[in-house]
Amino acid sequence: MPDALLSTRNLEANYGDFQALFGISIDVFPSEVISIIGANGAGKSTLMRSITGLLNNKPEMVIWKGQNVGALRADQIAHLGIGMVPEGRQLFPSLSVEENLVIGGQSGRKGAWELEKVFSLFPILKERRNVPSTALSGGQQQMVAIGRALMSNPDILLFDEISLGLAPIIIKSIYEALPDIIGDGMSAIIVEQDIAKALSVSSRVYCIQEGRISLEGRPDELNREQISAAYFGV
Amino acid sequence: MDWVNAIIQGILLGGLYALFAAGLSLIFGVMRLVNIAHGDFIVLAAFLGLSITTGLGLPPLATLVIVVPVMAGLGYVLQRGILNQTLGDDLLPPLLVTFGLSVIIQNGLLEVFSADPQKMNAGSLEIASLSVGGGLNIGVLPLLMFGVSVAVIAGLQWIFYHSALGRAFRAVSDKQDIAQLMGLNKSHIFGLAMALSLAVVGIAGVFLGIRTSFDPSIGPGRLIFGFEAVIIGGLGNLWGTLIGGIILGVSQNIGAQINPGWQLLAGHIAFLIVLAVKPRGLFPRID
Repeated sequence: MPDALLSTRNLEANYGDFQALFGISIDVFPSEVISIIGANGAGKSTLMRSITGLLNNKPEMVIWKGQNVGALRADQIAHLGIGMVPEGRQLFPSLSVEENLVIGGQSGRKGAWELEKVFSLFPILKERRNVPSTALSGGQQQMVAIGRALMSNPDILLFDEISLGLAPIIIKSIYEALPDIIGDGMSAIIVEQDIAKALSVSSRVYCIQEGRISLEGRPDELNREQISAAYFGV
Repeated sequence: MDWVNAIIQGILLGGLYALFAAGLSLIFGVMRLVNIAHGDFIVLAAFLGLSITTGLGLPPLATLVIVVPVMAGLGYVLQRGILNQTLGDDLLPPLLVTFGLSVIIQNGLLEVFSADPQKMNAGSLEIASLSVGGGLNIGVLPLLMFGVSVAVIAGLQWIFYHSALGRAFRAVSDKQDIAQLMGLNKSHIFGLAMALSLAVVGIAGVFLGIRTSFDPSIGPGRLIFGFEAVIIGGLGNLWGTLIGGIILGVSQNIGAQINPGWQLLAGHIAFLIVLAVKPRGLFPRID
């Protein structure tokens, strides 16, 4: 087994007096796609916010390529090569589609992903490059959010609630595009509520329940009963 | 003819008010910070210009090459050192801190320069004028200042909508967290916004110091003119701010034409009328 690209070790997170995560330890290896499943409020998004530096951690709680990075700010994390497609797309409404994409490349990391490659992945965005991002449909906005994260040429891409609020046909096309997106040896963490979709693309899965990991394993090792027990706690 | 003259002089004065307002509008737009000390920074810049003219013997307009970068640097340090710590969900801390800065600047200037009115002398440029016929004359200096004001507004507009820095300003203004995820350090971006704001203040301060006499106590009055110009024009619209400044300047001059004591009153009345009729300003952009 090679060394992990990204790990968390006994990660804890609090919102004021409320503790949201209790000792989460996960690993993502190079070129690996893992998924994190769990019910609403289980702590999935909190885990993403902790990894990306939007929530403060102790340095040793997040490890990137062997370095303790848990205490870095979000913009420093972005420069390391951790890209994020946030829950609910979160495009910049004052920026055009193209400006949203360009600002994703702000960190200046070099690599294959640049504007034209994003446009060839999502041709509709090229047509609509100059419109405000708010004028797009939900699916097109998700394309911009994905393209924006790719523009930073990340080594790992975090998808937070990738299919939340999107039409089934859009979800299907995004999952079909996924191999092209993470084909070049990129790792990914997929946070999903749609368990079947998540299992279909990932080599390992972690289930979070009330801030703790309730189950982990390879999709082919896990059966439906184990997963629903870990998911719902029944 | 006196009335035409009053309106033309008011328009030219409005350019200066737009300069007072532009920096105020910029930082509010980027970080929702209301800088109560804005007017006092204008006066500080005027005194800085004065010190340079007397100390180094530079002509007043030439002091801009020193005043503008010094004010910009001061803005960056101030933002990173103090103001960033006050920003958050609550609007009150930055208001209180900048109010404190206002008191500190006024008293510091009073200590160093005394309460005596001062003025920078631009020499023969001050009395140079262009005749435009019909017995009307336009001062070269006010015209020059107006031209610079328009150029500054145009420059800020370009930076905001067509440069990488402006893109970062807008992104951070939209969503601070997500902008951080894109690798933008918001503390640095806010520092740059304040630097740009105080660079404009530097120009405004030197112009003010050449145009009229000034003393350490006049900052809050300039702040009010700036606020009024921003609100008349509509928040977040720099060209609107220029028009707001012009409306303010023209109103003041018409008021003064009727009765010299009515100058300030007429400006405030114009502001109140706009606020009553169009509470979001004439050309609003920000919700």
